[in-house]
Amino acid sequence: MTYDIVIVGAGIAGLTAAIYGKRAGKSVLVLEGQSYGGQIVTTPKIENYPATLGISGFDFANKIYDQAKTFGAEIKYEKVVSIIDGKIKTVTTEKNNYQARTIILATGSKNRLLGLPHEQNFIGKGVSYCASCDGAFYRNQTVAVVGGGNTALQDTLDLADLAQKVYLIHRHDRPTGEDVLLERIKKKTNVTMIANAQVTALCGEQKLTGIQIQQNQTAKQIAVNGLFVAIGRVPENLNFAQVVKLDQRGYIVAGEDCVTSTPGIFAAGDCRTKDIRQLVTAAGDGAVAANHAVQYLSAQ
Amino acid sequence: MIKITNEAEFEQIITTANGLVVVDFNADWCGPCRMLATVLDQLATENPQIKILSVNVDQQSSLAERFHVQSIPCVVFMQNGQEIHRNVGFAPKAVFTEMIQELLA
Repeated sequence: MTYDIVIVGAGIAGLTAAIYGKRAGKSVLVLEGQSYGGQIVTTPKIENYPATLGISGFDFANKIYDQAKTFGAEIKYEKVVSIIDGKIKTVTTEKNNYQARTIILATGSKNRLLGLPHEQNFIGKGVSYCASCDGAFYRNQTVAVVGGGNTALQDTLDLADLAQKVYLIHRHDRPTGEDVLLERIKKKTNVTMIANAQVTALCGEQKLTGIQIQQNQTAKQIAVNGLFVAIGRVPENLNFAQVVKLDQRGYIVAGEDCVTSTPGIFAAGDCRTKDIRQLVTAAGDGAVAANHAVQYLSAQ
Repeated sequence: MIKITNEAEFEQIITTANGLVVVDFNADWCGPCRMLATVLDQLATENPQIKILSVNVDQQSSLAERFHVQSIPCVVFMQNGQEIHRNVGFAPKAVFTEMIQELLA
């Protein structure tokens, strides 16, 4: 069978594209290597998606998944490893090959690692990339958050309510996150902000016991039980580098129209070049990409 | 999956089980844990020869501490009352299926 639209990734962008594709009467296959929902699943409470106050990321993901299934989208859990372009494109997973008239790449992104020695060894043993997931394990302990964006600031706020002490380590004079979050942090008496600093080493044997930081020209060691890394996300598009143009950071080059360098292949959500990566913009991309895929199909 | 409600029940299962015991440490507020629960439920049905236990870390904090759980979901594989492997974080069903097959071999 040749699908009208094969969507790579079952996060919000991918599932929204599936909904729009099915409602346009097209055959749609979604291929997902992990689990549906994507990044939003780890968010305990969504407050900024229009018309949804206080819903958990898990429940939100379930609603979109159910919606996509209700319209008849086919979803298979197979990791896509390559794509071959052509009038009919071939999407190869670890298990199968699928034929597609159009493809929507909605692969999202993954947590950026610090890139420090032994970082992987400390995961689950003091290093975490999800404060909402793991913060509770550090109740009444000392933790650090590294990062300066909204995620790092929100993590700091959440951890301040659990931990005895929180250090917020960020690279610039001032965190880059929203003022409203920064103002909330300044009111917390158990948070110490360390500006112009980077984490340079992780300390500990069986588990994390401290971190080394470099602040301006000075090296320091801080005793912490946990380190929460919130330094942004990176795309995972190398498997598609032969078929669509990527920018120097690895994001798929595509504008607001979600059109890539290759006819019939579209990119939606966090995986493409864009300024604002939010749940609502991912959903918007899904709709745009699906509509343009449908238009492309009509023109063939 | 068997939901563990007290430590005595946990001890009884891991010390008397004949074969692989899979212990899923999770919490209600943890999205990836809820995703993994669906996977483990399916694995429990497909692998009746193994026991899959669900331990809520908020309700059974002493068990979580005993196993040094600092990140969830955390799945600990046990045999003869001893830990033989663990996986931290969500992984798709195929990964857990492979893990189980390797540990059973």
